Amino acid sequence: METYSFLREFADSWMLLFLFLFFLAIVLWVFRPGANKEYKDTASIPFRHEDKPATTEEART
Amino acid sequence: MINYFKLIALGLITFFALIAANYARDLAYMVHALLISGVSFGLFIWVLRGMGTVKVHAQDEYMDDVIRYGVIATAFWGVVGFLAGVFIAFQLAFPVLNFEWAQGYANFGRLRPLHTSAVIFAFGGNALIATSFYVVQRTSAARLWGGNLGWFVFWGYQLFIVLAATGYLLGGTQSKEYAEPEWYVDIWLTVVWVAYLAVFLGTVIKRKEPHIYVANWFFLAFIVTVAMLHLVNNLTVPVSIFGSKSVIVWSGVQDAMVQWWYGHNAVGFFLTAGFLGMMYYFIPKQAERPVFSYKLSIIHFWAIIFLYIWAGPHHLHYTALPDWASTLGMVFSIVLWMPSWGGMINGLMTLSGAWDKLRTDPVIRMMVISVGFYGMSTFEGPMMSIRAVNSLSHYTDWTIGHVHSGALGWNGMITFGALYYLVPVLWKRERLYSLQLVSWHFWLATIGIVLYAASMWVTGIMEGLMWREVDANGFLVNSFADTVAAKKPMNIVRGLGGVMFLSGAVIMCYNLWMTVRKAPAKEASLSVAVPAE
Repeated sequence: METYSFLREFADSWMLLFLFLFFLAIVLWVFRPGANKEYKDTASIPFRHEDKPATTEEART
Repeated sequence: MINYFKLIALGLITFFALIAANYARDLAYMVHALLISGVSFGLFIWVLRGMGTVKVHAQDEYMDDVIRYGVIATAFWGVVGFLAGVFIAFQLAFPVLNFEWAQGYANFGRLRPLHTSAVIFAFGGNALIATSFYVVQRTSAARLWGGNLGWFVFWGYQLFIVLAATGYLLGGTQSKEYAEPEWYVDIWLTVVWVAYLAVFLGTVIKRKEPHIYVANWFFLAFIVTVAMLHLVNNLTVPVSIFGSKSVIVWSGVQDAMVQWWYGHNAVGFFLTAGFLGMMYYFIPKQAERPVFSYKLSIIHFWAIIFLYIWAGPHHLHYTALPDWASTLGMVFSIVLWMPSWGGMINGLMTLSGAWDKLRTDPVIRMMVISVGFYGMSTFEGPMMSIRAVNSLSHYTDWTIGHVHSGALGWNGMITFGALYYLVPVLWKRERLYSLQLVSWHFWLATIGIVLYAASMWVTGIMEGLMWREVDANGFLVNSFADTVAAKKPMNIVRGLGGVMFLSGAVIMCYNLWMTVRKAPAKEASLSVAVPAE
């Protein structure tokens, strides 16, 4: 099979399926148990360290 | 030691650029060679005079001076780009403005790419670089990685802008929309962009926060994807090393497809993903509450990334492109409705519980209307990508109206909002000079966009209908010149809308200037508040 036909068939079958499943997995992963607490912390990152960088590794307060 | 290498390199560049200017085969190339030799000679002197001094990068401070420069450059290029836009809008309404004495340099065809590149790459690009440097430092709780590399990115990008802009006027263009700069300018942009990626990624890697905030995901996607698009769409072979002309390796419909794969993802990743990064930081900051749903922001990110890249073929309906490809582009464009509106809802709902701020804070009003325009233009876009609608809208002013409701409304307004947020913070001012002037800017810009978009809808649909009108015998009724004549009033209204948008931006520049000059400094009030004993 010529390269073009092969790539085109691969793209609209296995690759499409892979990308779709990958996306679905992300959606499921986002709703995993315990995500709420973690995301609450992550979402408040803009409200820390406004004036200067953190000095230590565990600087989150 | 490194300074000696710098001196040698700069000296060699100056020398070879002068040789190149001597052998130049065309005007654009010669001017650019002289420009480069001048710049590198200036840098040579500058490095020489600075020998022996070592610049200290205090790791316990954010690197904000490069961002201050970025803010100034954004405001400056914004006004330049809007001015060019207003001028070419009036050139379309009054052809006499294509002055005879400037023929071949300042006619519409030469100035149009100057306008698009000035607003997208100079105004938008500087806004993205400045805000991404600001956001990545704050959300990583780390100083910008790479020391002076951040400065290289800033000044290197300005050089790219100057080379691109002068090239267009002098005819150095490869005529690919939004990718007009010729091969050597492309190579330079690649160097700058790799440095940009290194600075950004380096800061993310050395972050002190355990998680990468969502705005940084969007910024990173923008940087990486633009690098990929730029490389593939600019695979050209120069005709001569001493000339600006080059030939692209793609041919025919493949070239068209690569161009619109690039072109649409310039919209998707430069003008959307990057500016969404701004939205996810500055709206929560200005509203003083975290983003509405962090889960939604993650799904928003991955959906945008997975879908946008396929939407390009909708620019090539009814062409030599195979039907399956243009159908694919159309379907993915329509699916894009979902993540776009998900992102819009996420931005707007961040204000839930703080809606009263809309009444009191014109800056947040600006950010909210920008998200509103994002929603509107991402509704309009998928609709226009449907083949049947596209047969009416394509090649008409409707497309131009759509682009401007997105660019002026979404990109412009969110950038203005970010600038109004950044200037008091970066120059350590208590507040903006005048909120009333922000309101003036807000209304001038909003009414300007409404005039622009409405006139382009009317003229676009009229044009589309006139082009397809046939008489009883199947002959076309209207010539092209008939449509041009019929568009005149709408072209004038569009120009006036542009004037309003431009004057809003000038008011903003005055307000920001006065904020730096006149607004009360932040430390002063702090020292008063702290008692001695």
